[in-house]
Amino acid sequence: MTRSSAETRARRRFGAVLALPAALLLLMLVIGPSLIALGLSVTDYRLGMDEVQWVGAENYARLIDDTGLRQSIVNTVSFVLVVAPLSVLGGLWVAVLVAGAGRLQGLFQTVFFLPVTATLVAMATAWEVVLHPSFGMLNALLETLGLPAQRFLSDPDLALWTLAAIAVWKMLGYNVLLFLAGMATIDRQLYEAAALDGAEDGWRRFTLVTWPMLAPVTLFVTVITLIRALGEFELVAVLTNGGPDGATEMVIFKLYQEAFRFFDIGAASALAVVFLLAVMVLSLAQVTLAERRK
Amino acid sequence: MTGTVRILALLVVAAMTLVPFVVMFATSLAGPAQIYAGGLLPAPDAAAAADNYRTAWTNVPMLRYLLNGTVVCSAILVLQITVAAPAGYALAKLPFSGRPVLLAATLLALMIPMQVPAIPLFVAVAQAGLLNSYTALIVPFVISAFALFLFRQFFLSYPDEVLEAARLDGFSELSIVWRLMVPAAKPAVAAFATISIINHWNDLYWPLVVITETEMMTPPVGILAFRSTAESSGNLGALMAGGVIVTAPLVIAFLFLQRSLIRGLTASART
Repeated sequence: MTRSSAETRARRRFGAVLALPAALLLLMLVIGPSLIALGLSVTDYRLGMDEVQWVGAENYARLIDDTGLRQSIVNTVSFVLVVAPLSVLGGLWVAVLVAGAGRLQGLFQTVFFLPVTATLVAMATAWEVVLHPSFGMLNALLETLGLPAQRFLSDPDLALWTLAAIAVWKMLGYNVLLFLAGMATIDRQLYEAAALDGAEDGWRRFTLVTWPMLAPVTLFVTVITLIRALGEFELVAVLTNGGPDGATEMVIFKLYQEAFRFFDIGAASALAVVFLLAVMVLSLAQVTLAERRK
Repeated sequence: MTGTVRILALLVVAAMTLVPFVVMFATSLAGPAQIYAGGLLPAPDAAAAADNYRTAWTNVPMLRYLLNGTVVCSAILVLQITVAAPAGYALAKLPFSGRPVLLAATLLALMIPMQVPAIPLFVAVAQAGLLNSYTALIVPFVISAFALFLFRQFFLSYPDEVLEAARLDGFSELSIVWRLMVPAAKPAVAAFATISIINHWNDLYWPLVVITETEMMTPPVGILAFRSTAESSGNLGALMAGGVIVTAPLVIAFLFLQRSLIRGLTASART
């Protein structure tokens, strides 16, 4: 009896020893700094400044008052509202097609897998060539169709939607892979049962079996797509730098500029806190909805 | 939709997916005359192709970028696993007193995007004089909440009976970790490794924050720096060659590791 309780104590101690480095690093590198960012968001701290003043909600008020900051929030929301439905529903549609492609399934899966591993900075420069106003492939295509050439990245009315299209390109493959993995776990017998009940055509099989069985995967894909679209940075940094005329300013790019170009740590922290809240609301919504289904 | 229409639709979407890859590769093989002629794809030209790849390799320290990327990715991966795997095992199987707190902290950290802690971490790195160093590129990522959670979930499904039997056979807790857990964790390690390598090889945000010196640039930052010089001199072919050099290693490697990567991608979806 004493021997086994001594063993249990030793096991508890051993567990604590194994977990300690992770716990300390989590505190020092993730949770601690996030709390500090929360604190900095109510100050006027700038890098290299000795004195720090409490400014209350001033940095947050600027998110609404400052035209540039407000524009970046509006742009980000519009961007997300376009990118998320297209890449989630598009991903689901492509996954259903790939799953029914028979012997070509492996080949198509590999194609949609390519953008997931590719270096986005390099791919964005390739898109820049495709979209070039004078010698790009897309304008050559438009011309053969008798349509006018476009300045996809420098037309203020077009630039944000061009970035959205590239973002859909980037996220679609990832979503296709997630949906395919989810579809692989659906019991074949459900389709046979649905067929016995008279669900012969593809659409009825989809609504009766695929869609309800995929609901948890769809929920996860939707939330992760929303979060990734909200945090878009690379396309703006590589292709437009927020231009033309602020048309493609987005929240994380603005945060990056405030913090690391202008060293306005207070203002950047306020943006970071708003971003964090949005991401947490989405994550918690996913967990709550997933739990309710169980 | 009939079978043929479906395949046609898939072919169209697949072609759109491949467009930037094809254009990048074709442009890397062409000279300025062919590129600026416009049209769908520039015609390849052997001499221009050789010139493009030579320029991409010599005008910027491309080998150094690839080396930096390799050093940073390997160090991050090894440290992440060294920190998270034992802790994941403890979270799953050893009832230590801080366990509920650590689990809650892990779930909280899973929701925190990197850009939030990045602000104070940048201030710390700058004040410690560590800008433009491997330390700055590696240290913020040595703890991965995703890895902690993934390893915990993985070890949870390991049968307790086997652990009890090993303890009765006189295995110490340490030898249980080394002789049972480490070998058993291989699939989880492989799945996590693919995700970690892809994320950090391709990451632009943090390296752009802490690196300004050419010698310390990772591949994405290097390409971005190369672009500002290549575009002003009209050398698009060489820029695309640089893109091919940076993108090819992962794309080719993971074509052979698709299964493991898909397991990694879906690991978080299943939990």
